[in-house]
Amino acid sequence: MSSELSARARPAQVVFYNDPKFRSIAYQLVLCAMVAFLVYGAASNAIDNLARSHIASGFGFWNSTAGFDISQTLIEYSPRGSTYGRAFWVGLLNTLLVAGLGIVFATILGFIVGISRLSRNWLLAKVAGGYVETIRNLPLLLQLLFWYNAVLKALPDIRESIAIPGGAFLNNRGFFLPLPVSKSGFGAVEIALLAGIVAAIAFYVWARKRQERTGQQAPVLWVTLALLIGLPLAVFVLTGFPLGFEFPQAGRFNITGGVEVLPEFAALLFGLSIYTAAFIAEVVRAGILAVSRGQSEAAYSLGLRPGPTLRLVVIPQAMRVIIPPLTSQYLNLTKNSSLAVAIGYPDLVQVFTGTVLNQTGQAVEVVAITMLVYLVISLATSLLMNIYNSRMALAER
Amino acid sequence: MTMAEGDLAVAELAFVRRTNIAPRPPPAAMTGAVGWLRENLLSTPFNVGLTIVIVLLLAWAVPELVKFLLIDAVWSGTDRDACLESVQHREIGACWPFVWERLPYFIYGSYPIPQRWRVDVFLAMLAIGVVWLLWLNAPRRDLGAIYFFVILPIASFILLTGWAAIGLQPVDTVLWGGVLVTIVVASVGIVVSLPIGILLALGRRSHMPAVRTLSVIFIEFVRGVPLVTVLFMAGVMLPLFVPEQLSPDKLVRALIGIAIFASAYMAEVVRAGLQAIPKGQYEGAMAVGLRYWQMMRLIILPQALKVTIPNIVNTYIGLFKDTTLVFIVGIFDLLRTIEVARIDPKWATPVTSTTGYAVAAIFYLVFCYGMSRYARAMEARLAKSDRR
Repeated sequence: MSSELSARARPAQVVFYNDPKFRSIAYQLVLCAMVAFLVYGAASNAIDNLARSHIASGFGFWNSTAGFDISQTLIEYSPRGSTYGRAFWVGLLNTLLVAGLGIVFATILGFIVGISRLSRNWLLAKVAGGYVETIRNLPLLLQLLFWYNAVLKALPDIRESIAIPGGAFLNNRGFFLPLPVSKSGFGAVEIALLAGIVAAIAFYVWARKRQERTGQQAPVLWVTLALLIGLPLAVFVLTGFPLGFEFPQAGRFNITGGVEVLPEFAALLFGLSIYTAAFIAEVVRAGILAVSRGQSEAAYSLGLRPGPTLRLVVIPQAMRVIIPPLTSQYLNLTKNSSLAVAIGYPDLVQVFTGTVLNQTGQAVEVVAITMLVYLVISLATSLLMNIYNSRMALAER
Repeated sequence: MTMAEGDLAVAELAFVRRTNIAPRPPPAAMTGAVGWLRENLLSTPFNVGLTIVIVLLLAWAVPELVKFLLIDAVWSGTDRDACLESVQHREIGACWPFVWERLPYFIYGSYPIPQRWRVDVFLAMLAIGVVWLLWLNAPRRDLGAIYFFVILPIASFILLTGWAAIGLQPVDTVLWGGVLVTIVVASVGIVVSLPIGILLALGRRSHMPAVRTLSVIFIEFVRGVPLVTVLFMAGVMLPLFVPEQLSPDKLVRALIGIAIFASAYMAEVVRAGLQAIPKGQYEGAMAVGLRYWQMMRLIILPQALKVTIPNIVNTYIGLFKDTTLVFIVGIFDLLRTIEVARIDPKWATPVTSTTGYAVAAIFYLVFCYGMSRYARAMEARLAKSDRR
């Protein structure tokens, strides 16, 4: 009897190759071996091929003189004096510039279109819907080429520039704007602006604390506007308008002075903003629809007016749904800015993976660095997103 | 007082009506076209303003578009003179003769003219496969899947690249172009990304740490970088990684890049589907003694893929639009053939570019919009079957 019991308690005998544990380890070993073999094969082939075509390896090229010009540089750069490393930073900054501005414009346009799609005005809802359906179903590259070749490059040439009131010029070489130049005394305005920001934050904190303590509300919006805009403006007037403009001068073959906005930049910015806005509009619409009607009805029955209902009840809940997909749209916009290479805007890919790669031939290093930059941007964003999500997640029981 | 007496009392009262009043029609201003206008366009002063602005905007934009595409358009001609304002002395819209003349180039690229029937056959075979798979009531859809994922790729490879042994003259991929390349790139992405995406999704949910880590690294890496850089990687790094004599041609390299990229995105879509399957399904499958692959093939994947069909189609729309990026690595897809044709001196006019882009826009709009309608119809169908 007892021997029978102990026999039953012993685990059933399985041949070792049918043991799930053994199998899982074996599968993983085989997989790792395959990956290692692939990597080894690729690496040894690469070394062979590079040696045969006499291409240097390593990152020594970083400090060599670049020798090519870049049409838009935010930091100092000269073809003769600057290195490939400098060209990399120029390209990266150009990418970040167009991505940053694109995000701002796409967000504004996207929110307007997304809310319009839910409008009770039938015509507005249909127009917004038509915009989203059309733009989303056309390739971004096609839109960029259209803006660049069919719109901006079709503008009149430099001698027949369109003069825009206020001293700006528009032609097929770009958009020439007056450049603000600060005169003596402008420092006071900057100080006033800084002081305004600090005071606005302080007022917000104080108003919040007071409201939590006593329930009294303060006109935060108006005070903030007065501090941020009114104060610097007042100082600006008092110090006697210490700001001048350097106007672009139209010559026969060239326009000198002022700020030049390249048509490549403008086309990329238009294309990215308009394209991403269509996706953001869908995100916004889904977010607002996700807040159930009962929420606003409950707020009304508590006696809140439509404005505060939207601001205090609907929008905070909609933002919880909107922000994660919104961030991924921002990431898409940043990654899509690499299409700049098709219209010749000097972004990271065009400058580095394009020109630097062609000049040095060091494909592995150059492509790896480029990918690393985008990976760092993506991973940093998704890290922030995860932190945000865990803070915003509904506290469930 | 009994019940009957009470009824009688009410019935005798002269001022109580015994019949219902027929309902009166609602006020004229609340129904019909007028009511609809008031409700949907003119409900508040703000809405009236919005409506006026939009009507003005449409009244400006729509006639301009019609004028450009139809009224002012040039319909026949042999070269740029037909579409030049300075020659024709009138306003010129779209230059359609340019499109008529270049249409074969937009469709076939430089594919040898006597061999172009092969492209036609390929497109017809593809159309059959697509209809077979998408039409849910089609007979033998299992055969359709085999046809689409096994027979079609092999047959079209032989048909398009050629095979001297059966009398098909080999055609170098350098000569391929236009719609042909766009469709080939999109179909390879579609056919390859689904199986690899499923494997990666299963890998990411696997209990084996090595499998999971490798899947996560692959998926997150590819999704973190732009497609352009993946194409550059496939274009310039791949030839370094293989022995010189095996170096793939340009089109194949781009196809590999697209396949890698599409698989990573597909993996995340499938993973979302897998996560939507309740745990009980896995446990039930294991309880009846199914092995891992049996469980996946018979229980989990059929359910998971069914709920993800709309998302899969949406991914395919993205992929279809992304095929234009092969343009950047020097492959003659539809967009690039248009780019090349529009700067050809024979047709170079101020309106040629816009005409060319309009053709591309119509092509992509028709395909992508069609796919998105299909996805939406599937979504509605799934929602209906869920409600039971």
